[in-house]
Amino acid sequence: MLLTDLMQETYFALMANKARSGLTILGIVIGIGSVIAMVSIGQGTAGSITSSIESLGSNLLMVMPGFQRGVGQQVSTGRGNAQTLTLEDAKAIKGLLKVVDVAPQNFNQAQITAKGTNTNTQINGVTESYATVRSVQVLNGTFITALHNSSKAKVAVLGPTTAEDLFGEGVDPVGQTIRIKGLDFKVIGVTVKKGGSGMSNADDAVYVPLSTAQQYIAGNTRVSTISIQGESQEALEQLEADVTALLMTRHKITDEEKIDFMIMNQADIAASASSIAGTLTILLASIAGISLLVGGIGIMNMMLTTVTERTKEIGLRKAIGAKKKDISVQFLSEAVALTFVGGIAGVALGWLASLAVAKFGGIATTVSIPAVLTAFGVSAAIGIIFGYYPARRAAKLNPIDALRYE
Amino acid sequence: MPADSIFSAAVSGVVKNMIECKNIVKTYQTGLISASVLKGVSFTVENGEFVAIMGPSGSGKSTLMHIVGLLDIPTSGEYRLDQKDVSKLNDDELADIRKNKIGFVFQSFNLLKRTTVLRNVMLPLVYAGIRSGEREMIAMKSLEHAGLDKQYYNYFANQLSGGQIQRVAIARALVNNPSLILADEPTGNLDTKTGEVVLNTFQKLNENQNRTIILITHEREVAEYAGRIITIRDGLIVEDSQNNKRRSGFYK
Repeated sequence: MLLTDLMQETYFALMANKARSGLTILGIVIGIGSVIAMVSIGQGTAGSITSSIESLGSNLLMVMPGFQRGVGQQVSTGRGNAQTLTLEDAKAIKGLLKVVDVAPQNFNQAQITAKGTNTNTQINGVTESYATVRSVQVLNGTFITALHNSSKAKVAVLGPTTAEDLFGEGVDPVGQTIRIKGLDFKVIGVTVKKGGSGMSNADDAVYVPLSTAQQYIAGNTRVSTISIQGESQEALEQLEADVTALLMTRHKITDEEKIDFMIMNQADIAASASSIAGTLTILLASIAGISLLVGGIGIMNMMLTTVTERTKEIGLRKAIGAKKKDISVQFLSEAVALTFVGGIAGVALGWLASLAVAKFGGIATTVSIPAVLTAFGVSAAIGIIFGYYPARRAAKLNPIDALRYE
Repeated sequence: MPADSIFSAAVSGVVKNMIECKNIVKTYQTGLISASVLKGVSFTVENGEFVAIMGPSGSGKSTLMHIVGLLDIPTSGEYRLDQKDVSKLNDDELADIRKNKIGFVFQSFNLLKRTTVLRNVMLPLVYAGIRSGEREMIAMKSLEHAGLDKQYYNYFANQLSGGQIQRVAIARALVNNPSLILADEPTGNLDTKTGEVVLNTFQKLNENQNRTIILITHEREVAEYAGRIITIRDGLIVEDSQNNKRRSGFYK
C-alpha cells in the first residue's frame, strides 16, 4: 500500500464519521491544550519569581543580624532583632577579596506626608553604593551620594509607587518636600520601576542617607542589612565563608552555634524558589496529563468501535489481498491522524489559553518550544499506543469470520 | 475416479491442473462440540474450466470455496494451487496469492458502501501497489468489461441497484487479472434476467479469456451454465460430471 493511498483511506474513513472523529479529536485538543497552558503558567510563574529575585541585584550576599542572646541566656528575641551589625562591619567586609561593593542599610517604617497626602512605607537609610549593589536606577534626579551621607542631608529618593501615592500620577516630585517624623526632606530623585510585590517591594520605598536615618529616624546606629556584591556567582560561596569568619572575629565569637548574624545567598534563594516553581509546574502538568490520558482512551474507544463496525470491510480487504500489516497500518494511521490533528489544534488552543491567562489573569506565562514539542510528541505517542491494540485486533481477524460478521 | 489417479495424471503433466484437492477435511471446534463440514473432499480443476459446485445449504460448499479461495485453511488434507502446496502457508503468504491469482464475487457483494464505484474496483490494485494513474485505467477497463455504464463510475456503491452492484463486484474480481474467479451464489440476490446477464458474463470470461471459474450455487439451473457440475452433500462429493448442454439463455 502506498503512502498516498494510506492517507486517502484515512481521510475517507475519518470523514465518514465526522461527529465521532471530531469529538475524539476534541478530547486530545483539550488534553494537549491544557498541558501546554498549564506548563506555560508554571514556567511563567517560575520565570517571574526568578526575575524578581534577580532584581534584588546580582551576585548578592545579604548579611542580617541574627538572634540576640546575652551570655549564658537562652531567650531569643527573634531573628533580625539583634543590633549587632555596624557600619564598621560593612567597611571591614569591603576590604575582603572578591567584593565589588558593600551597601549597608537600615529600615524604618514611618508615616510620610506631603501637601495633604500621606502614606506609610519603608524608609531605607542607604549609602551611595546601594544603587549599584541592589541595582537601583534613578529615573529623575539623582540617588543618595556620599556627600549627602557625610553631611546628614535631609534628602529623599522616592520609589515610583510612593511618588505616585504622594504626588499623583505623572507628576515629577523632584524638588518637592516630604515630611518624615516631623522633618522636611527634599525629594531629589525617583527610582525606575522594578516590579515585584509584597514585603520587599522596591517600588514602594523611600531612600534617605543612612547617617540621616540613623540620627533622625531610627535614633540608633544600627545597620539592618549589609548587601554585598561579589565578583561572580561562583565567588559567593567562598565569600560567604570569608564574611562569616571576618564577622566572627569582629564580634568576638568563637562558637559557630552562637553566631549573631545570618547570611543569605541570592543563589540559594533563587534555587529554592525555582524548585518550588518546578514542583508547581509538575503538579499542573500532571493534572493536565490526566486529561490527555482520558483523551487517549477516547481514541482507543473510538478505534475499537470502528474496528467492530468495519469488521466486514476488514474481511473484504483481506480477501482481496490485504496483509496483516496493511490492515494494522490503516487503523493505526487513523488513530495517529486523530491525535496529529488534535495535537496541532491543542497546541494552538494551549497557546491562546496561555496568552489569555497572561492578558486577563495577570499571571506571567511562557510557552516554551520544548513543551510544545513534547506535548506534540506525546500526542503522537498516544495515537500509536492507543491505536495499536485496536489495529492489531483488526489485523488478526480471520477473513472468513470477518466476512460473515453481521 | 479415485483421487490417486487424478494426482498421478497431474504429476505426469498430461494436463495442467490449476486446483488439486486431496482428501480435504474441515472441522469446526466450538467448545466441546466439533462439527465436520468437509469429510474428505478430493477433486481437481484444470486450467480454463468453468465448474459449478452445487449443493443444498449446509452441504459444505461455501467452506470448500473458502478453502479453495485461500480464505480458510483445511484441518487436514492437501491443497495444491498451480502445483504449489498452499495448505500450510501463513496468513500473509495466503494474502499474497489471493492478491495475485484469485478474484472473488461474494453473494453479499461486499462493496465498501460510502465509497465510489471506481474506488471499490481499484481497491485490489491498491494492495497490489499499482500507481494511481494506471490503477484508474485498469479499473475503468474492468468496469467496461463487466458492463457497467460510465455514468455510474463516481456513484457511491449504496446508490446502485442490485444488478449494478453485482457488475461492480465482478469488475472488482477481474481487476487484478486473476487466473481463478470464485463466485459464491452470484445470482442469489438478483432477478432472473439480471442473473442471466451475470452468468453470461462468466461464460464469456471463461470462453474468451480462458479464465478458470468456480461457481457456488444451490440451484441446478444456475449450475447448468457451467461446463462441469460437482455436487456436494454432507461434506462429501456425491457427483462430478461434465455438463454437455450448457445453458446460455433464460432459465425457466
